[in-house]
Amino acid sequence: MMPPEEPGQEPWPQDPALHTPGHERIYDESAGPMVRPYVMTSGRIEPVHGKFDLITLVVAAGPEPEGPIGLGPEHLSIIRLCQQVMSVAELTGHLDLPVATVRVLLGDLLGKGLVTMQEPEPEADMHDIRLYKAVIDGLRAL
Amino acid sequence: MVSGRSDSGGGRRDGRARRMPTAVKIVIAGGFGVGKTTMVGTVSETRPLRTEEILTDESVGVDDVSGVERKTTTTVAMDFGRLTFRDDYVLYLFGTPGQERFWFMWDEVSLGALGAVVLADTRRLSDCFPSVDYFERRGTPFIVAVNCFEGARQYDLAEIQQALNLGPKVPVMLCDARRLDSCKQVLIDLVLHAMKSRGLPALEPQGA
Repeated sequence: MMPPEEPGQEPWPQDPALHTPGHERIYDESAGPMVRPYVMTSGRIEPVHGKFDLITLVVAAGPEPEGPIGLGPEHLSIIRLCQQVMSVAELTGHLDLPVATVRVLLGDLLGKGLVTMQEPEPEADMHDIRLYKAVIDGLRAL
Repeated sequence: MVSGRSDSGGGRRDGRARRMPTAVKIVIAGGFGVGKTTMVGTVSETRPLRTEEILTDESVGVDDVSGVERKTTTTVAMDFGRLTFRDDYVLYLFGTPGQERFWFMWDEVSLGALGAVVLADTRRLSDCFPSVDYFERRGTPFIVAVNCFEGARQYDLAEIQQALNLGPKVPVMLCDARRLDSCKQVLIDLVLHAMKSRGLPALEPQGA
């Protein structure tokens, strides 16, 4: 484990995406992973569909499906979280799963048409002045 | 305004065509313990989250694994925060892993980044050399922000610029990663610098 620096303890307003912190955690930290990440992906390490940058935004195409449709509990957790637009990075944080695992699961959901995604601007397209202006205005208003 | 871009690759098979905001990211880099996570936390509108990648020993390369001899995987973590601007833009701030050896994570987080802040501590200025080298080589617009730790000797910004062997075009500024107004200014300066670096016209100065 390569620990990053300790975050401060300041209170943040509750993230609207999370009803209870840690609610979507698949395993308990102290107990260690109950299921190895690669088991959730049936051993796959690359998504079948999509590339999924850390800031690719994902949103569920509909409510959580009912009945058996060949999805695991982690897939369903993603659909639940993605009722609001959410980045791949945020999904990994909320699910407490490695990025590679979440990518594979997202690829499955994309293949089934259960999520829609939007890739970020490629670097070559970083010439949209509106983007810079919006970020500066937003920062100034903080 | 609304970005003219449509979503790519996703395919809207459902009828719920939701407009997605545009996501942008800024990288907060620097040596271990320099205040990257503090800065992310100071600015973020939500409690910072952590994203993790698991490495096998082979992908780590030459590595000091003293103390973890039997370990076959390493987890690299990045803390990140989020800021939402109106409903159109979401800015993510990623603190890079504390050690520079995890380059693949740096590549991933720097790809498509608006720019980077290299945090420096004057007591250990050399800790930020790898970050400076990395963004220079990669061509990512970056600025150096010297986090003012209490008790650290204050240096002249020109001295720091010289010590880091930075080109005259790389802005260097002082900051306090614990203070919002200070972090805000660092990020605004970075965005202005990124615009300049990419040849975009300067914005009208803010009146108010």
